[in-house]
Amino acid sequence: MIALQDLVVRYPGAGSNAVDGVSFVSSRGELTALAGPNGSGKSSIVRALLRRAETPSGSVSIDGRDVRSLSYGELAKNIAVVPQREETAFPIRVQDYVALGRYPHLGLWRAPGHEDFQAVDDALSQAGVTELATRDTDALSGGEWQRVRIARALAQRAPALVLDEPTTFLDVAHEMSIFELLFSLARSGLAVLLVSHQLNLVARFADKIVLLDHGRVATSGSPVEVMKAERLEAIYGWPVVVTRDPAVGAPALVPLRRPLQL
Amino acid sequence: MTRFRPAYWPALIAILILIAIIAVARGAVSLPIVAVFEALRGRGDPTAVAIVRDLRLPRVVLGALVGAGLGASGAVLQGALRNSLAEPYLLGVSGGAAVGAVLAFSLGGTSEPVITLAAFGGGVAAVFVALAVSRAGGRAARADLRTLLIAGVIVGAFANAAIMVALASAEPNTIRGALWWMMGSAADATWTRVIWLAVSVALAGGALIYRAREVDVLALGEDTAASLGVDAENAGKRAFILAALLAAATVAAAGLIGFVGLVVPHIARGMGLRAHRPLILAAGLIGATLVVAADLAARTVAAPTELPLGAITALLGVPFFLVQLRRLS
Repeated sequence: MIALQDLVVRYPGAGSNAVDGVSFVSSRGELTALAGPNGSGKSSIVRALLRRAETPSGSVSIDGRDVRSLSYGELAKNIAVVPQREETAFPIRVQDYVALGRYPHLGLWRAPGHEDFQAVDDALSQAGVTELATRDTDALSGGEWQRVRIARALAQRAPALVLDEPTTFLDVAHEMSIFELLFSLARSGLAVLLVSHQLNLVARFADKIVLLDHGRVATSGSPVEVMKAERLEAIYGWPVVVTRDPAVGAPALVPLRRPLQL
Repeated sequence: MTRFRPAYWPALIAILILIAIIAVARGAVSLPIVAVFEALRGRGDPTAVAIVRDLRLPRVVLGALVGAGLGASGAVLQGALRNSLAEPYLLGVSGGAAVGAVLAFSLGGTSEPVITLAAFGGGVAAVFVALAVSRAGGRAARADLRTLLIAGVIVGAFANAAIMVALASAEPNTIRGALWWMMGSAADATWTRVIWLAVSVALAGGALIYRAREVDVLALGEDTAASLGVDAENAGKRAFILAALLAAATVAAAGLIGFVGLVVPHIARGMGLRAHRPLILAAGLIGATLVVAADLAARTVAAPTELPLGAITALLGVPFFLVQLRRLS
């Protein structure tokens, strides 16, 4: 379980807090979505989870332990993060790349053992990329690469998985398959925290949505509770209607047109 | 991608030994291989013994250590900076080290440890200046690794200018020596120098091999490294400092030798190596072979005139750099 308590993130020299007193919980077995406009503090929260941001007050804890009390290695055993961007400098074989997910367990010298090979195999199969194992990372499509990155995070065997916009630039099929994967990972017992702009998909898959605005939680709860037209209009500054998607009846956001006033 | 085969290791070692034996045998006075082995054991013609033991062998060992240091340094810098064009010479590390060494020299420090430490100080200072310049533009500039290369080239140019100024006030006969040194040369090899370089290469190279998995993770980028439990900033700095120490030690021993650190890691990767522990080792072996071969060429191609070693490596390295640059853009 990932728990944020009144978390404040502030960058050196910044005029205001990037994250300004955010509290929420991402529980095991659930897919929690973190949404909000650009600059609302989503990525800063991910940085705070990794202890890569100044947090003057508040706390981030994993299963009750403050992340600041953990070493970097301990932290990586408890929380696996798929950052927003990543490009390997030199192509590497997919299975070697996924095996780097064992680094928190192996450290600088320990040779990989049975458990490590098993973790890599499981991660490859869970993410559906077993058949890509011997390919090079520069020979993957965008969708394959994202799944391989998720496999790398799964190889860490951490109880919490955090993903920062994993479906950017993916087409519908690849995007859907990533959401299905995250949903099933959550149901298998992981605490999955997903940063995403895709409100409509999030509304269909997530158990809970935390909607941020200007570094604060504007609203949080089930998709039905969060997806209210008036609130979304105020947060995004754009006229919208909220309807129900015809397939499964989940709340769906339709942004309206607002022609330029010339 | 080519698969690396374990049989490549003995092959790499055998090639290095073969080139080294040829390099000891060939020169102004060429010796038959049998005479070389005799001389190594102190037998046979006393002149041959003196040539082999006091002139050629230290020179060959020095060249091998210089190459090993530069190759390993380049492999680490390319991985940690995620840049296939990174190498100590182009990043200004070697230039900074040269400034440190020349300063120490002109202030009267002539012992190996003093020169090595001064070169190390200069090299580390240069790498941090280049990093600071490339980061001054904020995160966007930091992502653009070309900025770092440009910063390195500029720092290197500044270092050259500083050396020129220092040399302008030096005595005429030191200038020729210093100039020769700036072009890179293994000619002044002595066993004391060899031992100092060997100690530096063993310490810094050993530390890098010890921490190699950290470089594997750093090569995935800072955010991913952090998510895998590596303190990206400190691990990166540690890698730069150790790589700078390696490069600086080679500069203190043999002057400025460019492009070895650039070319060698690419050869090692071309053999299918990716993980940095074997990559650093292989880059060390290949670098050693390359510099011993280049030094052999420097001594023999235009004999009796001796060509500067740094010029030979640059002649080989610059076309390679251009091909790489083209591939990147």
